[in-house]
Amino acid sequence: FIIFWYLSSLWKKSVMNPKRCAACKYLRRRCPKDCIFSPYFPPGDPDKFACIHRIYGAGNVSKMLQQLPVQTRAEAVESLSFEAKCRVEDPVYGCVGIISLLQTEIQKTQTLLARTQAEIAVAQAKHSQNPS
Amino acid sequence: MGGPGSSPCASCKLLRRRCAKDCIFAPYFPPDDPHKFAIVHKVFGASNVSKMLQELPVHQRADAVNSLVFEANARVRDPVYGCVGAISYLQNQVSQLQMQLAVAQAEILCIQMQQEPNLQSHHQILELDQDDKILLLHNNIDNCNNNSNNNLGYAMSSGQFNSNFASPSSMMQMQMQMQDPLKQESLWT
Repeated sequence: FIIFWYLSSLWKKSVMNPKRCAACKYLRRRCPKDCIFSPYFPPGDPDKFACIHRIYGAGNVSKMLQQLPVQTRAEAVESLSFEAKCRVEDPVYGCVGIISLLQTEIQKTQTLLARTQAEIAVAQAKHSQNPS
Repeated sequence: MGGPGSSPCASCKLLRRRCAKDCIFAPYFPPDDPHKFAIVHKVFGASNVSKMLQELPVHQRADAVNSLVFEANARVRDPVYGCVGAISYLQNQVSQLQMQLAVAQAEILCIQMQQEPNLQSHHQILELDQDDKILLLHNNIDNCNNNSNNNLGYAMSSGQFNSNFASPSSMMQMQMQMQDPLKQESLWT
């Protein structure tokens, strides 16, 4: 029995990659050498994949990455991760809430800028009429 | 709402299933707009959307669906950056406007100081302006950044946003679609 146990643990170690990526660890599957997730989901950060999986699902993320050139996949994963985190923190608006805040900020700043520029024009006109 | 005698909702049509009376998708994906559910299904998946909606109170589901549709559209248009490209573009716009505002505010202060009658001599007023203009400009920039970023700070820090996301292509695309940043309703069209 001991020999069997020893041989089976050796076999498991050779088949199961001890350095599975976070995605394959989460999905409880073998991590192949050409795993599409492994460059972007290192084992030290399990929450990153968990969050993306919760919002998009592993299959959708895999499809999205396969449709992208390899050099753009890292950025795509980071943006998906950001959007997924926003959605988890704000289940109603997600990152669209941030866009809305920025648009409001732009509107406020444009109004203030227009008002200040009008004040400058008035002050300059006043100064040119009364140069002394 | 789906059921016998009524047309199935867009989701059930796409998923080729019977549209139940209590179908969770039916109120938000009418049959006359199949593209709306198709795009959300493509990016998020029907089961994920269903789970998300089930976790929300009913009165918030319409807004949630609209924001999901917006994000899905952004992701299809820009598969690398999605909405993050738009956020980066808008952030740059905010920074530029804040800089312009700081310059304008420094200028108005200088003009006011020039017109201030209580200073000792006209010559001293000019010298004071030369020395203080840059200082006023820097102070105004700091004040603008502090006042404007407080509202965004909690939102941005919670998402660990990296401002290096923007790519020129996504900036150009979002510029065309966000020509009217004053109207929030444009998010939902």
